[in-house]
This record gives sequence, structure tokens and C-alpha cells, in this order.
Amino acid sequence: MLGLRPTSQPSAKMATYVQTPFGRFCREFAESRLALLGLAVLVGVMVVALAAPLLAPQNPYDLAQLDVLDGKLAPGEQSMGGKTYLLGTDDQGRDMLSGIFYGLRISLSVGVMSTLFALGLGLAFGMVAAYFGGWVDTIIMRIVDIQLSFPSILIALILLAVFGQGVDKVIIALVAVQWAYYARTVRAAALVERQKEYVEAAKVLALSKPRIVFRHMLPNCLPPLIVVATVQVAHAISLEATLSFLGLGMPITEPSLGLLISNGFTYLMSGKYWISFYPGLALLITIVAINLVADQLRDVLNPRLKK
Amino acid sequence: MFNYFLRRFGQSLLVLIAMSCLVFLGVFAIGNPIDLLVNPQADEIERVRTTAALGLDRPLYEQYLTFLKGAASGDLGRSFVFGVPALELILSKMPATIELAFFAMVIAVAIGIPLGLVAGLRPDGLIGRGIMAFSIVGFSLPTFWVGLVLIMFFAVQLGWLPSNGRGETTLLFGMPVSFLSWDGLSHLLLPALNLALFKLSLLIRLTRAQVREAVLQDYVKFARAKGLSHGRVIGVHILKNIMIPIVTVIGLEFGSVIAFAIVTESIFAWPGTGKLLIDSINQLDRPVIVAYLMVIVTLFIAINFMVDLVYSLLDPRVRLGQSSGGGR
Repeated sequence: MLGLRPTSQPSAKMATYVQTPFGRFCREFAESRLALLGLAVLVGVMVVALAAPLLAPQNPYDLAQLDVLDGKLAPGEQSMGGKTYLLGTDDQGRDMLSGIFYGLRISLSVGVMSTLFALGLGLAFGMVAAYFGGWVDTIIMRIVDIQLSFPSILIALILLAVFGQGVDKVIIALVAVQWAYYARTVRAAALVERQKEYVEAAKVLALSKPRIVFRHMLPNCLPPLIVVATVQVAHAISLEATLSFLGLGMPITEPSLGLLISNGFTYLMSGKYWISFYPGLALLITIVAINLVADQLRDVLNPRLKK
Repeated sequence: MFNYFLRRFGQSLLVLIAMSCLVFLGVFAIGNPIDLLVNPQADEIERVRTTAALGLDRPLYEQYLTFLKGAASGDLGRSFVFGVPALELILSKMPATIELAFFAMVIAVAIGIPLGLVAGLRPDGLIGRGIMAFSIVGFSLPTFWVGLVLIMFFAVQLGWLPSNGRGETTLLFGMPVSFLSWDGLSHLLLPALNLALFKLSLLIRLTRAQVREAVLQDYVKFARAKGLSHGRVIGVHILKNIMIPIVTVIGLEFGSVIAFAIVTESIFAWPGTGKLLIDSINQLDRPVIVAYLMVIVTLFIAINFMVDLVYSLLDPRVRLGQSSGGGR
């Protein structure tokens, strides 16, 4: 990449004209201030999720730190012990802010992990379908077509009804729902790439098939995949929250944001809105931030919009 | 055309059978419903008798064949919990779900298309960008959380609208519906709005994208050059041409609205099929789960099929049956 730069003392003006692909990508991404804001928020959310034990005022799952007498305090209300909770407490006297920090951790990790697994699975199937063609392609793509004609929530719901609760089961269900999107995207991209001259050149050089597929074609298929993956992380987080809310997702020992919201739903009718509302707000901020970044990524990485 | 119809029908049947097999095996792998259904104090004889009465003592493949035989004649088994035919149970809840989904779709179309039109005509204006921002938020919001906020705001804080149940129903062509009485309508409004929001955002984006493409076309320039009024160019020339993809999406999305109704119905305690499904999953009422899924799968296949047909009728450029067969 650095080979593109002129070696003899590049002036500042030159540097803006001759850029690495990554540099150009960054500059184009930064053109939208909204996307930058989304990225900043996203980084903030990730830091909070990673550093939850350091940032949270209390460990919400250490029962010794909880006081049931502090239960259902409104945000900012002072407890008997003189403590104030910024976002109030839930029915067990758990600080909502700490609960949200820990919940973010669980929600984000489930979303990212399921996306990565689904990405790997979809990549493998999509590449195989595109490279081998013929009946292998037909079978894989028929399954993808059929699966994508059903809403993801329905499929996830059925799988969880069969498997039961648990983190691993939620991830399996999310992977099963998502892989088809990647398979379709990869296949479409790979079919286009296969026609290009560099692949022909690689074939003429008598490179091995796996080498052509993974070293030459795969990197060129990545841009659309990155866009789909970003959108899908948001989708996975939202889906996990929905399933947990319906009582079919995460177990009570792994309280994701969806489970926190579900827990507060019981108290919503009596006007104690904060138990549900703030975890929901955290969920919303995370998803909107990811979607803003994804929207801009789509524009930057779309070759059809290149000037 | 007829060939296409036949092949498509055969494919649909195959999908249906494959799904029934998967669903049946999957659902019957979960838990033992006898534990839930028989009184824990009952003796072994009673347990064995109940198991035999429900047909659960026979081998799995035999249960599946019995199920298939019944399914072919419209019998999808009896609910363990309610003791009535599962299909009957689902069909009795269906009007509520259909009404909810239909109303949500009406709201989405009535608001989404005009907003999308405005945003597409002025993509860089303040209003256009505001509408797009709204649609991004609407796209991002999880349905269940919107439901909670609607309840919090309109039912708890303001106390304007009820938050659960279906309210008073009136019979229309033998189907109980809510929207004909004020009480029913007020119960319908919040869940329908909740369900509509996602589709509303989708329609805004779709309409906007279509309009942006259409205004650049020659026929629009020509219509303008002829001196037609602004309203006529938009209302007749643009709208007519962008309607084909929009109608398709509306058709296809109707199925997904019914699926998403599962969430909305659970929040608003709307007595439809979605709530029935969640309840059945919690009570291990296998026949109802299987029957629900079979009904939904059939519905989806039928919707996809109909949309394809309507599409070919609306757009003479589409030729059915040429591009199928893996090469897409």
C-alpha cells in the first residue's frame, strides 16, 4: 500500500491527492457528520460494554450489594440509606444504570458473536455455491431462497421453542437466521468477480483453486459483506432483545437488555416507567448508531456510487 | 404460463411437506407434555392412559404419518390443553390477527407513501431529510419497545387509549371485527400503530428511492415540457409508474406483518394467533404449535405465489417461468 506514495519528500498537497485505499475510505466515510456521530456513539457504547465492571456504580448481580428496601426507586430519588440512583432501581433494588452497563455487554457480545459465526458459515456456503455452480449451487440457493421468504423472527422463535433457553441456543438460532443473507451476498459478489480478468490471470498462472478463491476472489467480495454484516449486528441485537422479551431468549442468569425491559414491563402499568424505558433507550441508541455507520459504509463501499 | 403454474404448485407442495417434517420432528423433540398435562399426583396407570389417549406412546414415524394423513383431510390434531381441534382453535383466532395486520398495513400505506413521495421529490430539503431521519429511527426501533413506549405514553400517562384486549367486537360477514365500534377501534389503534411503524419506515424508503429514480426519467421531463401541472405529473405519471414495486412489497410484507404480530399481540394482549403461539410454546401444546406453523407456511407460500401472479399482470415486461431454475 505504501508503495503508492512518492518516496521523495511528498509535499502536503501531494499527500492529499495520492492516498492509500484505506485513507480514501476514511476520508469518504468522514464526509457524513451523522455517520461520524454514529461511530463516536458506537465506540462509546463498546467502551461502556467492555469496561462495565469498572464503570458501573455497583455489581448488579452481587446480591450482597443489593438492598431490597431500595426497590423501585425513581431516577434521582434518595434511598433510605442516603444513596441516589441516577436511573432508579428495579424491583430488587438493583441500580438500573449498572444493570444497563452489564446488559449491554451481554447484548453486544451475543449480537457480534452470532454475526461472526453466521458470516463464516454464509461465506463458506456462498463461495462453494458460486465456485462449483451446477446442482450444488441450485440446492444451496434454493434453501437460501426458501429460508429468506420467511421472516427471521418466526424462524428464530421456532428454533428456540425447540431448543429451549440458553446463551448458546440463542446464538445458534441467530446464526441459523442470518447465514442465508451472507450466503446470498457472497455468491452474488463472487459470480461477478469470477468473470474478471484478474481471476483469469491467476488461472493462467496455474495457481491452485483454493488459492484463487481465498486469496484473490475473497478479498474482493468483502465490501458488500462488511455492509451486510454491520446491518446484521444491529438486527441480531434487536432480535435477541425481542426473543428475550417474549421469554424465549436469554436465561434469567444472563440478563441482556431485552430481559431487563421484559422485567420492567410488569411495573409499567403502575407508572414505574424507568425499569423498562432506560434499557430500551440504551438498546435504541446502540442500534441507531450501528445503522448510521452501516448506511454510510454502504454509500462508501458501493462501487456504483463512485464518482 | 400454465406450465409455470404447475411447476410452482409442485414446488410449493414439496416445501410444505419438507416444512411439516422439520417442524413435526423439531416440535416433538421438546419436553414431555405429559408432565404438564397430568396431575402430578396421578398414578402410573393414569399417566399411561393419557399418553395412549394422546397417541404419544407410538413410534415417532407413526405419529408423523398419522399427522400427515390427518393434515391431508384438514385435521391437524387436537390441542392438548383445550381439547379442541388445533386448526379450529387457530382459525377462531385468525380474524383478530388478520384485522390487526390489515389495519397496520393501511396505516403504513396511508402515511408511508405520501411521506416517501415528499422525501423523494425534495431529497435535500429540510423536510425530506427529516422524513428520512424518522424512517431510520423507525427502522431501528425494536417493535416490542415501541409497543412499551406507546403503552407508557397513551395508556398510562395520558390515559387516552386502552392497552390490552380487543374491546367490543361486531360481526361483519360472520367475522368478529373491532373497528366498527368506538370501543373496539380504540383498542385497535395502539397495536395497529405499533405493528405499522416498521412497515411505514420501509415504505418511506422504498417510495423515496423509486421517486428519485422516476423524476429523472424522460417521460417525466416530457410531461413537464408539455406544460402539465405539477400535481398531474406527480399524481398520474410518477405515481402510476412507481406503484408496481410498491404493490409487490406491500403484498410480500403482509405475511411478515402477520409474523411480527406475534410480538405486538403479546404486548397488547391482543387475542390473536400470535399470542396463542407464545402461550402454546409455554404450555408445550405441540399440536397447536405445529398447526400454527403449517397454517403460516401455507399462508406464506400462497402470498408469494399471488404476488408473482399479480406482478406479471401489472408489468407486461415480466415473463414468468423463464428465469427460474437456479441460474438467478
